[in-house]
Amino acid sequence: MPEYKLNINKKNYDVTVEAGTPLLWVLRDNLNLTGTKYSCGEGLCGSCTVHIDGKTERSCIVSVEEAVDKKITTIEGLAENPDHPVFKTWIDLEVSQCGYCQPGQIMTLAAMLDSDSKPSRKEIDNTMSTVLCRCGTYHRIRKAIDKIVEEKQ
Amino acid sequence: MSDYNKQTRRKFIKVVGLSGGGLILASFIPFSNILTNAGDDPKIFSPSVFLKIDSDGIVTIVFHRSEMGQGVKTALPMLVAEELEVDWEKIIIEQSDADKKYGNQATGGSTSVRRNWEPLRIAGATAKEMLILAAANKWNTSVSDCYAEKGFVINKSNGEKYSYGELAEDAAKLPVPTDVKLKDPKDYKLIGKRVHRVDTPDKIHGKAIFGIDVVVPGMFYAALSRCPAFGGKVKNFDAADAKSMPGIIDVVKISNGVAVIADSTWHAFKGRDALKIEWDLGPYANVTTEDIRNEMLKHVNNEGTKIENRGNIKTNIDGEIKLDAVYEVPFITHAPMEPMNCVAKYQNGKAEIWAPTQNAQDAQNEVAKALGISQSDVIVHIILMGGGFGRRLVNDYAVEAAEISKACGKTIKLTWTREEDMKFGFFRPPSMSVLKGSVTKDGKPEKFYHHVIAPSISQMRFNKNLTVEKSDIAEGTVNLQYQIPNLKITGTLIPTHVPISWWRAVYNSQNPFAVESFIDEMAYAANKDPYLFRKEMLPSDSRLADVMNVAVEKAGWSNKLPNGKGRGIAISTGYESYCAQIAEVTVKDNKLKIDRYIAVIDCGIVVNPDTVEAQLEGAIVFALSAALKSEITIQKGGVKESNFDDYPMLAYDETPVIETYYIKNTYKVGGVGEVGIAACAPALTNAIFAATGKRIRRLPVKLI
Repeated sequence: MPEYKLNINKKNYDVTVEAGTPLLWVLRDNLNLTGTKYSCGEGLCGSCTVHIDGKTERSCIVSVEEAVDKKITTIEGLAENPDHPVFKTWIDLEVSQCGYCQPGQIMTLAAMLDSDSKPSRKEIDNTMSTVLCRCGTYHRIRKAIDKIVEEKQ
Repeated sequence: MSDYNKQTRRKFIKVVGLSGGGLILASFIPFSNILTNAGDDPKIFSPSVFLKIDSDGIVTIVFHRSEMGQGVKTALPMLVAEELEVDWEKIIIEQSDADKKYGNQATGGSTSVRRNWEPLRIAGATAKEMLILAAANKWNTSVSDCYAEKGFVINKSNGEKYSYGELAEDAAKLPVPTDVKLKDPKDYKLIGKRVHRVDTPDKIHGKAIFGIDVVVPGMFYAALSRCPAFGGKVKNFDAADAKSMPGIIDVVKISNGVAVIADSTWHAFKGRDALKIEWDLGPYANVTTEDIRNEMLKHVNNEGTKIENRGNIKTNIDGEIKLDAVYEVPFITHAPMEPMNCVAKYQNGKAEIWAPTQNAQDAQNEVAKALGISQSDVIVHIILMGGGFGRRLVNDYAVEAAEISKACGKTIKLTWTREEDMKFGFFRPPSMSVLKGSVTKDGKPEKFYHHVIAPSISQMRFNKNLTVEKSDIAEGTVNLQYQIPNLKITGTLIPTHVPISWWRAVYNSQNPFAVESFIDEMAYAANKDPYLFRKEMLPSDSRLADVMNVAVEKAGWSNKLPNGKGRGIAISTGYESYCAQIAEVTVKDNKLKIDRYIAVIDCGIVVNPDTVEAQLEGAIVFALSAALKSEITIQKGGVKESNFDDYPMLAYDETPVIETYYIKNTYKVGGVGEVGIAACAPALTNAIFAATGKRIRRLPVKLI
């Protein structure tokens, strides 16, 4: 099996898996970075969202070879700064219920805020509607985003 | 543990068994008044199974139910801590394993807080009284001269204090009191406060361990291929191709299919896809949704078996203004974001299970039965769930994992794919509701008849001979507080080969849709405002009327809306709670937008207001998803849908602004997880009627 060099959360890893293995399973099974969640396996729900070179990607449909020579950030990487406004607001407003989709919600939002600190309502709607939540925390996610955007201004 | 304690414990268990009262007495089982540990280890004071205080001052509260997002891992320890008088920030919360000593651990039916409200407060108060007595003895004073606060007992006369840790060893030597005094609600320090959830930081930082994240030493990964038609089985299989694939360790047959064991989840999935299996599709291989629907339709003109009857009513309704309608809901599934999974280790006749389960003792029983070992030889660790909604009350996935572990002789983690989670669930049954009624010309309800035609979960799961009137299908039928003079509820049980089970709110997820819609139809037929029509049917001291009045006020019910917009109201009761909901919608070019959503709950004493609101918000999104989008289709004896593309759910941009309110009172604590489901579909469809004049009688909603 081939070896791949990955840069995840500013650390280098060598993993030996066969070509075509989704990045999601490399993170979860090979590297025990289980904060990135499996839910649909087809890029439909956003639970497995990571940042690759600063952009959101669904790690369940990104193969390991596509991730080589790129900077990958997972929820564990983002959480190295627990004072990130998204984390603080998520706790303030108790956004989470079961919490399973929340790493995906947070990674998606954090990337949007990095690229545009004052996103429009439409941009927020379009971006956040790509991540599903079965507990129905959308209402609080909206409140949290409003608060974060407001505090940035 | 000393022999003395063992004997005492047996005695207490006997008392529990005799009284049949289980829970409350169970909280007094003195399983380890003191553990005399070797050397300098701390001594542990544990007057009940729900808490431990060691001589180093560490207070541990044992959480014995399951957490799936509903917040009880915070709410239940709050009950103990309130009476124990400890510093909330300093306690440790420990998830228990499955064990009968905790009483009922099944986390369903909106029971966690209301069934543990008494025993957990008593557990806290008992320990506090013993600690106070221990301190009073040390000071040689009376207990009335002492009080407890933030983990200390304080001497009123001189302000001296002992920490709980300093008192633990002495307290452990005292007899456990049997009649403790509980606090007056006005003195609550924690109950009623917006306490932050204890597990939020780990969840959002990606550190929380859900079932699917569990790793134990020496563990392999498993995937299972199941028969696509319910009731079928493996005829024969060829594992040669699968075994030649990378990372495959073994292929084994179990009762539910053929499992592939591999060195990673991905390899297990790929290996499973390479299996060549010939299925015996069984006796239901050609059954479709239409077949099941036709079976229900056959009974639409029958009277049904009587369940409830009041006044004088015949099926052939007469009256001044008559109306009738048939309402219908489909099979739906839970689809929690975390697919089913379980880690199992079978070795030397014993099993250890790491299960994200709502029903841990059932997992113990089911695994023991499947493996042919005794229940006491099955350890079940309860793991955090990425959503439950009732799905994880059934432990099929734990049994599968245990069987695979036994068959291959290894510790394995079984992970289901999303497709398997969609296809091999335990589904909310479909139903038809035949409704007939009449109102008088001066706008009063006269007659109401409801015939529920549905498969029964209690019949399918527990007792094949169960009769209609003893079954569960009438749950959530007409709210009997409605003072309708003539009322009849009947039922017909429909057989189905499709596995069915409890979906959040169970029959309260379907009967109130029919009833509260039909009540709306009666109101319009009577030319009455739907709110006032309901209000006039309820006693003036009704808690349902109260929540409805608040909802109406918050919504501005009497303010006219422009054309194309409408408001709908519905009310529900269940789980000792009451809920009113109002939806405000716009329908334009056959497209629906929910502009505003109001929900008011009366659940008696509120333990954590933030969680009550979250449960209401979540229930509304969950129920709106079902009402607008969800339908499981049966074809070729199995499920057609496979992922979130063909079984969609509500997304962020479709979710309305949700306003939630709760009534402040000191009534007995009620359940909050499910009551928010019941009124949602009818509030929505009544609003659609108000906006368009189109009455939705079949879910999911289709506007064209």
